[in-house]
Amino acid sequence: MTPDEEAETKRRQKARNWVVGGTLLFFVLLFYAITIVRIGGQAG
Amino acid sequence: MSVSANSPVEADMSEPFAVPAPALATQAARSMPTDWRDFLTLTKPRVLTLVIFTGICGLLAAPGSIHPVLGFTAILAIAMGAGGSAAINHWWEADIDAGMKRTANRPLPTGRMRRDDARDFGIFLSLVSVGLMGLANGWLAASILAVAVVYYAVVYTMWLKPRTPQNIVIGGGAGAFPPMIGWVAVTGEITAMPILLFAIIFFWTPPHFWALALFMKSDYAKVGIPMLPVVAGEQATRRQILLYTIVLTPIVIAPWAIGGTGAMYGGTAVVLSAIFFGYAWQVGTRTKTEDDQMLPEKRLFKFSILYLFILFGALVVDRVAAAQGFAGLGWFA
Repeated sequence: MTPDEEAETKRRQKARNWVVGGTLLFFVLLFYAITIVRIGGQAG
Repeated sequence: MSVSANSPVEADMSEPFAVPAPALATQAARSMPTDWRDFLTLTKPRVLTLVIFTGICGLLAAPGSIHPVLGFTAILAIAMGAGGSAAINHWWEADIDAGMKRTANRPLPTGRMRRDDARDFGIFLSLVSVGLMGLANGWLAASILAVAVVYYAVVYTMWLKPRTPQNIVIGGGAGAFPPMIGWVAVTGEITAMPILLFAIIFFWTPPHFWALALFMKSDYAKVGIPMLPVVAGEQATRRQILLYTIVLTPIVIAPWAIGGTGAMYGGTAVVLSAIFFGYAWQVGTRTKTEDDQMLPEKRLFKFSILYLFILFGALVVDRVAAAQGFAGLGWFA
């Protein structure tokens, strides 16, 4: 692998990590919100 | 309907997946991680806009209310389900895509992504979408979403698309699910209105797509997909476009006729249908000439997209207005 390809590989890995991390965080928050809404609906 | 024995592309269709894929599984694809944007491309974002739009329309037009978080989740699940099945479609049709100008630059034909990654991504996205919909909006909506995913990814993509020239009619069913799912996510039941919304998109798809296929048919012929213009000929396709438009017209007006919507939707539906029918008539009754620019076909295709957006937009405005007590505006009464 050339230095350029290595740099590109690292850049892609980093970008993917951010996307996966962001997606996971988003789903944690979404499931929290869904849970609150569903529990609130049952309580009401 | 099966492929005609006299089909000019019969030889090609005997080996529909035999098109050489020049860059499939290149060294670059194996050694370098896939760019995340290529995963996004697998979900067919442009198609998703229509799926999301019609899903939102079904959600907003349904009687009753839904919490914004649950409404957002329903639309997200619909989009993820559509994106997942699109990724499976990319995986299955990678060889075919390599042979068509319109699709040759996709992540799989160019070798930017491993084929199995696309399949796994599609299956994962589809499963998560159904689970998410079930947990947030109920299992009836989730079941319809699951049916839609299997319908598009398996029944349409793998089974019928390469086998029958009526593939577009069948594929239209997959695109027709989103407004129905959006509606059911709110109401929790299937009634006449969501079925009519399904039917509108189902019968709208053939004239919409066959208009495109008429001026893109060389691409489909090359890769052996039995599109109607390729297999049955242009004149038969033109007749079918007109026929489906005739069937579509009363279905589009039906929500108003059965009292499911007000005059605002009804008036819009009548006007749009008249214009659509006019364009379809031009396409359906003409014969292609030498050096034909196919302008009526292009016009019908473009208008068909506008038609669906305005129609569903009018449906939402009509229903929201009715819910706010503006049902008696009487603009078209």
